[in-house]
Amino acid sequence: MTFQPLPTVTDDTAPFWEGGAVGELRINRCRDCRTWFHPPAPVCPACISINVGPEVASGRATVAAYTINVQPWAPDMEVPYVLAYVELDDDPSVRLTTRLVDCAPDQVAVGMPVEVTFQAAADIWLPLFRPVKDH
Amino acid sequence: MSIPARPPVIGERNAVISGIGQSPVGRRLGRTGISLTVEAALAAIADAGLTRDDIDGVASYPGAMDSSPGMSPTGVPELKDALRLKVNWFHGGAEGPAQLGALFNAIAAVSAGLANHVLVFRTVTESSAQTAGRRASVVGSGGSRIGGAMQYLVPFHAVSAANWVGMYAQRYMHQYGLQREHLGQIALNARRHAGLNPRAIFRDPLTMDDYLNARLVSWPLGLYDCDIPCDGSVAVIVSRADAAPDLKQVVRVEAIGSALHGRDSWDQRADLTTMASHDAAKMMWARTDLKPTDVDSAHLYDGFSYLCLQWLEALGFFPKGEAAGFLDGGEARIGLGGELPLNTNGGQLSGGRMHGYGYLHEACVQLRGEGGDRQVQGAEVSVVGAGGGPLGGCLLLTKDR
Repeated sequence: MTFQPLPTVTDDTAPFWEGGAVGELRINRCRDCRTWFHPPAPVCPACISINVGPEVASGRATVAAYTINVQPWAPDMEVPYVLAYVELDDDPSVRLTTRLVDCAPDQVAVGMPVEVTFQAAADIWLPLFRPVKDH
Repeated sequence: MSIPARPPVIGERNAVISGIGQSPVGRRLGRTGISLTVEAALAAIADAGLTRDDIDGVASYPGAMDSSPGMSPTGVPELKDALRLKVNWFHGGAEGPAQLGALFNAIAAVSAGLANHVLVFRTVTESSAQTAGRRASVVGSGGSRIGGAMQYLVPFHAVSAANWVGMYAQRYMHQYGLQREHLGQIALNARRHAGLNPRAIFRDPLTMDDYLNARLVSWPLGLYDCDIPCDGSVAVIVSRADAAPDLKQVVRVEAIGSALHGRDSWDQRADLTTMASHDAAKMMWARTDLKPTDVDSAHLYDGFSYLCLQWLEALGFFPKGEAAGFLDGGEARIGLGGELPLNTNGGQLSGGRMHGYGYLHEACVQLRGEGGDRQVQGAEVSVVGAGGGPLGGCLLLTKDR
C-alpha cells in the first residue's frame, strides 16, 4: 500500500477535496467583494461578509517556491518528488501546497506555469499540478 | 491592528529568570520524560535559591502529546502532581507564539500577580522514541485523517518541516542569491561551539566539504541543515522581580516579541522570504530602547539552518535579503570572538533539539558568566528567538545591573 495520508473532510472543505471528481478546482470566494481565499472558511477575510462559497478556479498557477524531497519519510514512499507552493492565476495571493507531477526535479523553476491535474485517493481528489505543456 | 510604536506598558520587566536547570541531554538516554523533567525542575528550583514549596505556578509547551512519540512526553499535570505543587496559576499548550509561548505566559502571570515563582519546562524524548521505531516528526504516518492546516500539506507528501522550510529556503536562494555554503556557515558555527560545550551531542569538527557532501533531505536542505532529535529537559524559574531571593543570579527580561501578523499557516504568508520571526522581532524592538548593535550573544532557532538565517534577518542583524553577504563573514561574524556570537552551546544542529529551551538556558548561562570555554566576554544583552514558519517568538534578556 502506498503512503497516502488523507484529510478530514468537513462541510466547509468538501468542495475543495471533492471538486476533482468533476475536474474542478474549487476555491472559496466572496460573493460580495469577489475576493478569493484559501483554506475554505465561512467568512470573507477581506470584507467580513458571510456571503461566501466555493467557485471554480481556472486551475492555472505559477510556481512560487519548490523543494525536491529526497528523504523517504515512510517505508512505502517513492522518492524523489517535487513539492511546490503554487500561486493561482486567478489571484496570486491564494497559494496551494502541492506535488508536481510529469516534472523532473531538474525541470522545476520559480515562475514556471503549471496546471491542475487530479489524483483520486480514497474519497477525495488531490489537486496536483503539472507543467503547462505548451509553455 | 499594527504594533504600537511606544507601548504604554512593558509589563515583562516585572519578571526575571531567577533559576535555570537542565537534565542530561543526549541520545537514547533511556529515561522517562518525567524523570528528566524532575531532574531539571529540582535543579532550577535549587539554583533560584527556592524550595518546592515556593513554586506557585507551572507552565510548559506544548503540553503532553501522545500522538507524536517523544515530542512531549510530560505535561504540566504530571510534573505538578509528582512534586505535589500547590499552584495559583498553571498552563500548558501549543497554540501560541512558538515554543517560548509558555515562557511568555509565565512572565505575564507573574507580572499580573497571579503567581510569584513559575516553573517553566520543556521535555523531549524524541531520540528514545525513534529508537523504538517510531519517527516522531512525520505527520500522517499513523493512518488517521488529518485536519487543520496540516491537511493542506501532508496529503501532498509535504510531510516534514524539512519540506516546508526547504521551500522557503529555495525561494530566498532564488530571490537573493543565497548559496548552500551560506547555510553551511550556520551548521559549521554550531559545530565549532558544540566542541566547547561538554553537554552538546555532536562535537567532532565539521568541514564545509562534510556539509556539502552529506546526503540531501529536501533541497536545498541536507543532513547537516537539520537538527538532532534528543532526550532531555530544561527548566527555568520565572519570578516576580521583587520576589526573587538572590539578585546575583537574576537575568532580567527586557522585551518580548510575540506578534504574528501574517497568516497562521506555512504556505499562505504573503512574503515567502519572511516568517513569523519578522513579526515577533518587530514587536520586540518596539518595546525597548536597546538596538541590534547592543546584543552580545544571539541564541536563535536552528532546527533547520535556514530558520536561524531568518531570525538573524528578522532581528535586524543585516538588511533584508543580505544574508549571503553577512554569512560570508563566517567565524569572524558569528563565532565566539566574532561580531555576533551565535548559538554558543552548539544550537540544536549540534547540541540537540531541546525545542527552543536550549537557547533560553544558554542565554542565561552567558548572561550569568557561566559559559566556561564558550563564555562571551562581557555578555550583558542576549537575544533568544524560537520557531519557524508561522511559529515565532523572541525575547531580549539582560544581565542584572
